[in-house]
Amino acid sequence: MAEHAPAPRSPARDDASSLRVVDVCKHFVAPDGSDVHALEACSLTVAAGEMVALVGPSGCGKSTLLRLLTGLDRPTSGELWAGSERIEGPSAERGLVFQDPNLFPWLTVRKNIQSGLVARGVLREKRHEVDAFLRLVGLEPFADAYPHQLSGGMAQRVALARALVNHPRVLLLDEPLGALDAFTRMRMQDEVLRLWRARGTTMLLVTHDIDEAIYMCDRIVLMTPRPGRIERVIDVTLDRPRQRNSADFLALRAEILEELHFAGQAGTDAATGPQAGEPRTPEELARQLSLGAGPDAEAP
Amino acid sequence: MPTLDMPLRTMAHNPAQLPATPPARATAAPPPARAGRFAPAAFAPSAAAAVAWAVHYWVPSHQTDKPTHIYPKFLLIVLVAGVVLGLTQRLWRRVKPTAWNFPLAFASNLLHWAVASAPVLAAGVLLLCAWDLVTLKLALVPLPYFPGPDAVFQTLVNDWRSAGLGQPGLAECMTSSLALLLSGYAVGSVLGIAFGLLIGWFPVARYWGVPVMKLVGPIPATALIPMALMLFRNPTLSAVWLIALAVWFPVAMLTLSGVMNVRASYLDVARTLGAGQGYLVFRVALPAALPNIFVGLFMGMGTSFLTLVVAEGVGVQAGLGWYIDWARAYSDYAKVYAALIIMAAYFSTIMTLLFRVRDHVLVWQKGVIKW
Repeated sequence: MAEHAPAPRSPARDDASSLRVVDVCKHFVAPDGSDVHALEACSLTVAAGEMVALVGPSGCGKSTLLRLLTGLDRPTSGELWAGSERIEGPSAERGLVFQDPNLFPWLTVRKNIQSGLVARGVLREKRHEVDAFLRLVGLEPFADAYPHQLSGGMAQRVALARALVNHPRVLLLDEPLGALDAFTRMRMQDEVLRLWRARGTTMLLVTHDIDEAIYMCDRIVLMTPRPGRIERVIDVTLDRPRQRNSADFLALRAEILEELHFAGQAGTDAATGPQAGEPRTPEELARQLSLGAGPDAEAP
Repeated sequence: MPTLDMPLRTMAHNPAQLPATPPARATAAPPPARAGRFAPAAFAPSAAAAVAWAVHYWVPSHQTDKPTHIYPKFLLIVLVAGVVLGLTQRLWRRVKPTAWNFPLAFASNLLHWAVASAPVLAAGVLLLCAWDLVTLKLALVPLPYFPGPDAVFQTLVNDWRSAGLGQPGLAECMTSSLALLLSGYAVGSVLGIAFGLLIGWFPVARYWGVPVMKLVGPIPATALIPMALMLFRNPTLSAVWLIALAVWFPVAMLTLSGVMNVRASYLDVARTLGAGQGYLVFRVALPAALPNIFVGLFMGMGTSFLTLVVAEGVGVQAGLGWYIDWARAYSDYAKVYAALIIMAAYFSTIMTLLFRVRDHVLVWQKGVIKW
């Protein structure tokens, strides 16, 4: 053990880090009184140490599924399991990172990162790990800064460190890089991958960005809206580190866009919303999915 | 050991991502002092004092033929101090107080403020001069209701230790008022924050607590004086209770709204970090509600001054409110004005201190309009 590095879980990931979603439905009552089927009969298994993306157009229930997995919401029916334990409520074993970093504005960077330790009452024993996590996300010079003094990318790094400080078995990421500019986003993708490799945490990533999903994940779960359901699961077998413009990468990208394209037509008309016409080309669909959104478009 | 400690090399190569100045340096750099220019305006209070002194010395008195000596002495002190301040104006800078330079920093900041506020101070001195003219010199208004500044200044000095007739002096009244105010304010704000947190966090407590607050809160605390005297029998205790009640309502109200408006995602994040109820209430809801709570504390401060002065008129045997009441009974209006001057200085100092506390506690707020 080198001085005070935060120790990751044993490299041989135990089964407790896996996730199982069994036949889960989630219904909401919309403001107009109608019943919204956010999720319908979803089943999914995520192996320990796996990195899986949830991809799909708005309203397909991917964020709902993630929230159910945190335990903050309860499903209408079906079961969610973390290893052999049923998910009944939030737990420090399952960290969460939103698109908005949601740092506590009244705490400095250091205190934000150690808030998980304070919450669990273990700050005294684990205080030394906070410095390691600050170093891990490269923010040592900003330890005493307040969140409003940080850039978007730095704030999201702090949010990642805060989620990791409890050594969660699972990290649930809800479009964590969605609000960042294209260059920062690509850098952060590498960083999340580095954390994933270093710590062996199981990661579930909700994203609008198909390139991001292909670049980062072992498997991609395609979801379709109204009702939200899992359409298809695609294995990404490309070698790591992946090349964003390799032929295999682009072929897979085209395949996924094609899949979503057909899914859009096969699904209900409501899928694309009343204002938008049916997407005819992958490019058109990509725009609807806010893929490589507007001026932030990624370099080819 | 995996490569956990590998720092991000990308950071250093990305200046766009770094804020323009690291926070450590941002606080250290003092604002550029307006050094280099010698401002004649800093002599304004001296000039005003000279004018006021000349008026007092040469214009014949018509209101009373028994002028006193404190007021002209005060003007001469202002004159001399103003000249010294004007000559040394470039020495005084804003200094960040630390543990060891505190007295020096305080003096420097005060003198810096005096230089910057010289025109306002001069206007104040001229106002004294106008007051002197209207009352003592030209007798445009009648005695005993409108004594001149010289009578009021004399009273401030004479009554400092004892108000005569065996009654407590102004110094004792000030400490007595402060003790009442602080104890009532402390009790009221602690109860208000506790009550607001309770009804803000627990729906059951809100169901039963809000009607109570809405009914009892708006009653002016001063209207409850008879009840308070009956309940406590001790005038000091009842005054504390009344001030506490006056502070409790706005603080509880604003704490409630602050807690109800905590961003849900802060609570969600805290839950996924393993937070229990205690952490959620005291480390998320409470700090998130602090900006609101401070609004309540300021509102409570205003009502506490009012309640203090009224409550002191009933039964308590010392205090600025009592002093005014007592002096008015003897038609000694110089005493009334003396107490008002002290009150103005006193209460605005307390208000300023609360602002300081607010700025210190809410240092994390960004770009929020500070009032």
